Amino acid sequence: MNAVSKAGGEGTHSSPPRPKVRLRMINAKVSRGGALFLGGLPFLFVAIAYLIASAQRLAVNPSDKLLPSPVQMWSAFLDLATVPDKRSGDLILWVDTYASLVRLFAGVGVATLVALSLGIAIGFIPRVRAFLLPFVTVVCVIPPLALLPILFIALGLGETAKITLIAIGVAPVMVRDIANRVMELPSELVAKAQTLGGNSWTMILRLVLPQVMPRLITCVRLALGPAWLFLIAAEAIASTEGLGYRIFLVRRYLSMDVILPYVAWITLLAVITDWLLVRLSQAMSPWAHPVEAK
Amino acid sequence: MSRIVVHGLEKSYGDARVLERVNVTAEAGEFLSLVGASGCGKSTFLRILLGQEQQSGGVVVVDDGPIVPEPTPQRGIVFQRYSVFPHLTALQNLLLVEDFRSGGPFGRVFGARRRNARQVAEAMLERVGLAHARDLYPASLSGGMQQRLAIAQTLLGRPQILLLDEPFGALDPGIRVEMHELLTELWTEHGMTVVMVTHDIGEAFKLGTRVLVFDKVRHDPQFPSAYGATITYDLKLDRKNRASSLEVAKVAAMVGTARPDSAIATTASQRRP
Repeated sequence: MNAVSKAGGEGTHSSPPRPKVRLRMINAKVSRGGALFLGGLPFLFVAIAYLIASAQRLAVNPSDKLLPSPVQMWSAFLDLATVPDKRSGDLILWVDTYASLVRLFAGVGVATLVALSLGIAIGFIPRVRAFLLPFVTVVCVIPPLALLPILFIALGLGETAKITLIAIGVAPVMVRDIANRVMELPSELVAKAQTLGGNSWTMILRLVLPQVMPRLITCVRLALGPAWLFLIAAEAIASTEGLGYRIFLVRRYLSMDVILPYVAWITLLAVITDWLLVRLSQAMSPWAHPVEAK
Repeated sequence: MSRIVVHGLEKSYGDARVLERVNVTAEAGEFLSLVGASGCGKSTFLRILLGQEQQSGGVVVVDDGPIVPEPTPQRGIVFQRYSVFPHLTALQNLLLVEDFRSGGPFGRVFGARRRNARQVAEAMLERVGLAHARDLYPASLSGGMQQRLAIAQTLLGRPQILLLDEPFGALDPGIRVEMHELLTELWTEHGMTVVMVTHDIGEAFKLGTRVLVFDKVRHDPQFPSAYGATITYDLKLDRKNRASSLEVAKVAAMVGTARPDSAIATTASQRRP
C-alpha cells in the first residue's frame, strides 16, 4: 500500500500538491513505475527463494543434482545450444525447439482454420447449427489425452499423430467459442447489412469475419496453453526430438540443470508467442482496441 | 416512393398477443410517426415492416406484392443502437453500401467503380457534416455523429421505405433538433416513405405528416396479455400549419406522457443560438 501511494505521488512535481486523502483500495491507481515494481516482486521472490535453497544444498553436498546453481544451469544450457551433440552432430536445443514449434503451430494452425470455418458456419447458418452443434458439444467433453493411444495406433508414432492430438485437443473449444461470438452479433447489424444488399456469403466476408477476428486471436492465445500440454505429453511418449522429449529423457539422470532451463525456455517461447498475437490483434483490428490505438 | 398496406395484422409470442387488428395504408412519400406507451408493440410493427420478424396473421403489402419475409434493400433501417458497423471507419461504413450492392462474391468493388463509390461516399459525408471524421471508427464518434452516419449509410442504399426505430432516442435535446432538420431535408430531397417509431410526442408531430397512436382497446384483467395493441388514433398533419397544442396534448394523454408541456415545447422548438 505504501509503495503504491509513494510511487503515484512522485512524478507530479508540476501539478499543485493534491490533498492527502486515503482512497479506498479499489480506487488507488498504480503508476507505471509502481506497476513494474509490484509486477516484478513475485519473480524476485521466487528467484531469491531458489538461490537460497540451492546455495544451502550445494554447501552441504557440492555434487547435489536437485537444485543446481544458476552457473551450472547456464553452462548446461549453453552446451545444448552451442556444442554439437557427439553422436548426431546436432545443436540439440535448436533441433528440439524447431521440432516442437513446428508441431505446435501446425496443430494450432489446423485448429484455428477449423474453428474459423466451422464456428462461423455454426454461428451464422441455422441449418449448419442444427446439424453440427450437438456433435461439437459432445466432442468437446472427450478428454483429448484419452484419445492419444488411439491416435498412435491409428496414425503411427510420427508427426501426424502429435499434430492431430494438438488439433483435436484445442479445436472443439475454439469452434464453440467462435460460434458463440457469431451468435452474439447484434441482430441489428445483421438486419442492417441485409437492407444494404448483403447476401449470406458477403455478410460472412464483410461483417462476421472482421467482427470475429479479435475473438479468434484471443481464442488462439487461450488455446496455446492446452496446446503446449498436449505437445509435451505426446513428445514424452513417442518422439526422438523436441522440448518435451528432452525433458523426459534427461529426467532419468536427474538432470535438473537441463530441465529447469528448458522449462524457462518453453515459458519464454510461450510469452513471446502471446505477445506477438496481441500485437497481431492490434494491427488487424484497431477498432477493437480503442485505447491502444490512440 | 412505395405504398404500404397493412390489413388485419396480428402478432403473438406464444400466448401473449402484442398486436391485433392493425389496419393502415401509407401513401408513397408519407412520413408516419408511430407513438404509444412502452412495450405496446410499435417496435414490433416496425420489425415486421423490416422483415426481421413475421406477422402471425394478416397481410402486409408493399407496392404490389406481399412483403418479403426478410430484410431487403427496398427497406432501409436506422436503429437506436448498433446502427453502424463498429469495425469500419466512417468512410468505410459508407463504401460498404456499394460493396454489398455490386461487389460480387468478394463483397468489394474495385478500380473505377471504387473511385466512384468513394466520391459518392465523401459527398455524403460532407452532406451530413462528417467530412472531418471520415477515418474515425464509430467508437470514437459521439452518439449524434453515429446516428448521422447511420442515416447517411441507409440513404446511400436508396431505400424506397425508410424505417426509423427511435433513431434519436439516445441523443441530447440540442443534437436532436439538428437531427430533425437533417432528416427533414433529406426526406424532402429523396422523397421516400418514412415510418418512424418514437417516444417523443413533440418529435412525432414535428416530423410526421401523420401520427399513429398504438394502444390496447380491450383489456382482460385476469390475463393482461390476452389482447394486443392496435392503432387507436390516426391524425393527418398539414406540414405547413402546425398541429394545435390541443391535439398534441390529446395524443400525449393517450400515450400517457406525464408532461404534455414538454411535448408541446418540442413541437414548437426552434434551434437555440
